[in-house]
Amino acid sequence: MDVIAHKKVELSSKLEVTSIAISSENKRMALEVLENTPLPTTRTEAWKYTRVAKIGKIAFTNQQAKVANIEKFNIDSSAATLVFVNGHFSEELSSNELPNGISYSLLSELKELPATKLKLENEIFNSLNTAYLTDGVQITIAKNTAVEAPVQILHILKGTEVISNFKVIVNAEKSSQAHIIQGFFSEEGDKKFCNTTSEINVAENAVLSIDKIQYEDEQSFHISTEEVSQERNSLFTINTSTLNGGFVRNNLHINVNGENCNSVLNGIYLTKNKQHIDNHTIVDHIAAHCESHELYKGVMDDKSTAVFNGKVFVRPNAQKINAFQSNGNVLLSDDATVNSKPELEIYADDVKCSHGSTTGQLDDEAIFYLRARGISKRSAHQLMVSAFIGEVLDLIKNKNVRSYVDGLLEERFGWE
Amino acid sequence: MIEIKNLHAKIGDKEILKGLNLTVKAGEIHAIMGPNGAGKSTLASVLAGREDYEVTEGTVDFEGTDLLNLATEERAREGLFLAFQYPIEIPGVSNINFLRTAINEIRESKRENPISAKDFMALVREKSKLVELDPKLASRSVNEGFSGGEKKRNEIFQMAMLNPKLAILDETDSGLDIDALRVVANGVNTLKSDKNATIVITHYQRLLDYIVPDFVHVLYDGKIVKTGGKELALKLEEKGYDWIKEELAN
Repeated sequence: MDVIAHKKVELSSKLEVTSIAISSENKRMALEVLENTPLPTTRTEAWKYTRVAKIGKIAFTNQQAKVANIEKFNIDSSAATLVFVNGHFSEELSSNELPNGISYSLLSELKELPATKLKLENEIFNSLNTAYLTDGVQITIAKNTAVEAPVQILHILKGTEVISNFKVIVNAEKSSQAHIIQGFFSEEGDKKFCNTTSEINVAENAVLSIDKIQYEDEQSFHISTEEVSQERNSLFTINTSTLNGGFVRNNLHINVNGENCNSVLNGIYLTKNKQHIDNHTIVDHIAAHCESHELYKGVMDDKSTAVFNGKVFVRPNAQKINAFQSNGNVLLSDDATVNSKPELEIYADDVKCSHGSTTGQLDDEAIFYLRARGISKRSAHQLMVSAFIGEVLDLIKNKNVRSYVDGLLEERFGWE
Repeated sequence: MIEIKNLHAKIGDKEILKGLNLTVKAGEIHAIMGPNGAGKSTLASVLAGREDYEVTEGTVDFEGTDLLNLATEERAREGLFLAFQYPIEIPGVSNINFLRTAINEIRESKRENPISAKDFMALVREKSKLVELDPKLASRSVNEGFSGGEKKRNEIFQMAMLNPKLAILDETDSGLDIDALRVVANGVNTLKSDKNATIVITHYQRLLDYIVPDFVHVLYDGKIVKTGGKELALKLEEKGYDWIKEELAN
């Protein structure tokens, strides 16, 4: 216990407590959690397949850094862009203004932040993010406005043993509509850590979609927690594409508080070498007459590992729920591993839910068929893999995002 | 074109081909007939390079190249084509996309430039007409949701697109109604030239009314045991294979 506690101190030992105006109660609680909570081990159910001990041994610092330009990171060049490097806003790389109907404030500029919706108790990384918050942005989409042009938030991690405790708050007000793109990238440096959180509030009758791309390098750690609240008649969609990163853990938690909501969560993860990517999702149906659709697909090569844990709760009053969840995995090498655990907990009796998980290899017969037509083994694999994840990629509606993802697949996996 | 000598092949511990000899010259059509389990489909699989089979003895010379030394895709690039008995459905991979990849990889292996999109589409239109394949099917996922007849026509469509030197049709006729059979046969006959050759593996003489063979071989117990002209197929249709077994026993 003492040893673990020591490691915990290591993690934040060189950091200064945030000067951002978070609620004093949150700050007190977060610091207390950091002081008293050991790092999770594989005996902790939520971290059973993901080891964080390595992170705990590093005394991270936070530093401002500069990147020359965002050419490589510009997911959608038609979008208004906000750029952060190591959690600090980069004014010179960001757009001067956002489209009408959408406004932003840096968290460091706010006089007072609302109390966090993140769970702090026992949650060491949420607490770290809260108590040592670097900076971030609050985005508000004004009520009754449909914002056509997307807004993209690009975060770049740079330097060795650097941490960014970054945060995004999105308030999609009543009957608003918007599309947000989030990109996480890195540029040089070893053992860097992006510990990011999002609090996303989708008000009554609002429509919000998020395309999230994770493409930090293999020397990076990334832990991302999204706390989403949906009110009645709202539609929330998030597509998560994790295409690089040494260690990635995504916690996506959607609270469906109001009736007649639709929640869509799709994800792809492709790994090679020794990467580790872990997606934990929770869809919590609290109210009746809602739908959720979840589709995650992964392709693992070399000695990489992946985890999918998807939970769907249907609470006692949440009748007439349609909840669908599916996870598919393809292992390209004998040394690659995936742990897939779909879970349904249903406490209402008039619901339609399904979940399923498949893990397999590429169909040898199909590979032989393609090769018998003159296609190399490598191209045959590529055709089969793109067909496999194509089902998820096709759900990305923004064409610029889609072609950017295709470009990353080509860059990293040699696809054409 | 192809010279197969003393070919032995097994799957697991079971020897299926037991010293098969066959020579096919350019411009010829050969039919291989034989009872179930004789090794007809094994021969097709071994020639195409299916890895489940182990060749234990023998040689296959394909236009001066040692075929058995080549990977499946290299055989295809050298001009060998197998029309599958059971064409595989590949959801998510479009027929068109996969054929363009195939054509371009074959071209690349010959140091030729990729086919232009325009030429490719023109080729698709021309060749799909040849086998009366609905152009819509050409752009769908490979064989997914195709009827049996459509799958077989798709095989011949691919053959037409790839223009092989040697085509092996593995029971392409089985399960086809007479109209589909005519279409398939017409495709094969149209593609025939004095520079290419065809091996037709079949159970039924019926196909050979439409694709007229120069030679008919009987494959029995892993070997070619009898060779004749097209009249041999008629005799087999009429009398079955027992008389051949008897001949062999004597």
